[in-house]
Amino acid sequence: MEPMEDTILQDEAMISLRGLRVNYGEREILHGLSFEVMRGETLVILGGSGSGKSTLLRTLVGLEQPASGEIWIKGQNLAAISEAQKNEIRKRIGMSFQGGALFGSMTVGENVSLPLREHTKLESSTIEIMVRLKLDQVGLAGFENYMPSQLSGGMKKRAAVARAMSMDPEILFFDEPSAGLDPIIAAGVDELILELKKAFHMTIVVVTHELASAFLIADRMVLIDKGYIVAIGSKEEMRTSTHPRVRQFFDRVPEPEVSQEADYLQMLTEDNRRTGNLLTEKRGV
Amino acid sequence: MELAEQIGGSVTDGLAYLGALVSLGARAAYFTFVGPFRGKHLRVHQTVSQAMQVGVRALPILSLITFFIGLIMALQSAYELRRLGAISFVANAVAISMTRELGPLITAIIVIGRSGSAFAAEIATMKVTEEIDALETMAIHPVDFLVTPKFLAMIMMLPCLTIWANTMGILGGALFGVTQADFFFGRYIRASLDALYLRDIVTGLIKSVVFGMTITAVGCHEGLTTGAGAEQVGRSTTRAVVVSIFLVILVDLVFTTLFFFISER
Repeated sequence: MEPMEDTILQDEAMISLRGLRVNYGEREILHGLSFEVMRGETLVILGGSGSGKSTLLRTLVGLEQPASGEIWIKGQNLAAISEAQKNEIRKRIGMSFQGGALFGSMTVGENVSLPLREHTKLESSTIEIMVRLKLDQVGLAGFENYMPSQLSGGMKKRAAVARAMSMDPEILFFDEPSAGLDPIIAAGVDELILELKKAFHMTIVVVTHELASAFLIADRMVLIDKGYIVAIGSKEEMRTSTHPRVRQFFDRVPEPEVSQEADYLQMLTEDNRRTGNLLTEKRGV
Repeated sequence: MELAEQIGGSVTDGLAYLGALVSLGARAAYFTFVGPFRGKHLRVHQTVSQAMQVGVRALPILSLITFFIGLIMALQSAYELRRLGAISFVANAVAISMTRELGPLITAIIVIGRSGSAFAAEIATMKVTEEIDALETMAIHPVDFLVTPKFLAMIMMLPCLTIWANTMGILGGALFGVTQADFFFGRYIRASLDALYLRDIVTGLIKSVVFGMTITAVGCHEGLTTGAGAEQVGRSTTRAVVVSIFLVILVDLVFTTLFFFISER
């Protein structure tokens, strides 16, 4: 990379990936992805089960190590900085996990206040006010003293968003925000993401396979399939794309069945690409 | 050939496992003893609540079991001593075997069953529900947050529990001594104390501290390395108990041998 290019990227891109490759053991899951997320935009990463989209998100937040390639967040190359510097970046990002990942042994209020108690020297009275504020922002005012087990699925997601936002992050990551929720609650979560975007101009990265939700919240979309980027572009560009995989995904066409005997034989003898994909699905990646 | 390969594989696996335990223990020790001097606060609240769970709540069952063990030891040693006409040595036999060996060991095994398994289950569940990942994305070190309070609670509580267990064992022996061997209660206790050297008690306590470290390291390591899915939580918990018991006995053997040769000189 030319140093010149780096400075240009730093100015506009919050996150930028360059030739990112990620392995699970011997098997490569992501095969050299490059794209950028601009400041203040909402990027939706779309893909079917086993496409590698969750692995991509986990790598972005530092839970998986890339085998090669670079991740730049706010102009810093994650591979080149120390663990302490990485932690400083982590304090500036928030992540909402698929199942919420609230700590079961703590109340909702303690969950939301944990990053504040860990990383700031604020008075506990100040922290209490901030917790109330964050919970109010996600529509959970008054639920400070509830245990996560007493909340419904949608409320857990909201509480998780409140926790992700407790340090006023610049980038918010969402892993499958509407998974496991009924359509009405899911729409509520989408609404929440839109509100956050409008109110705080946060950079938001959402991983999902819900098309309706993606078209509602996205500024731009990336479609990932089998660890490759199939298409990237604005909502309109994606809607009107003629790329066969994009059309297949958006028109919800199932994979064609193998009909020819020769094809079937080839599928069985092909190097374990298909089995590889099945394995990925099993791991819930 | 295949057998040699398998043995070699098991040995390297075992060594890698021990290495992982030592590394985890060292990190917990770092956060416990070095961290506070580098501006990281010690998690007093969590440590106290873990100490309650590990120590105080174990007292009823520990008291009952070690009282019975003391009584059993008295009965077993009296069986032999009676034939030699030395039944008054029951007090010595019970006191020495409790403080040197059975007190620390029985305590460790009860703590494995109560707390080692609970550590593994708690951390493994957190891993499966992505709570460990959540900690990492919040820039909170899971070992610092989860393992350190447990580690500290264990190395504080195990010696205390062991002293308690020794006492209850001796009281169990006293029940036999008073009812069957014509001791007065006060004289039995005096005889027990006379039989003991400080060395006996201290070696037992040193062992109990090492047991505490071992149990925490195994329980937390099993939890942190669990696979995906609920059945893995159960498997990790079982492994934590089995491996802890094995390692505690192994550590016991090593330390007892060590103390044996040290005291010989």
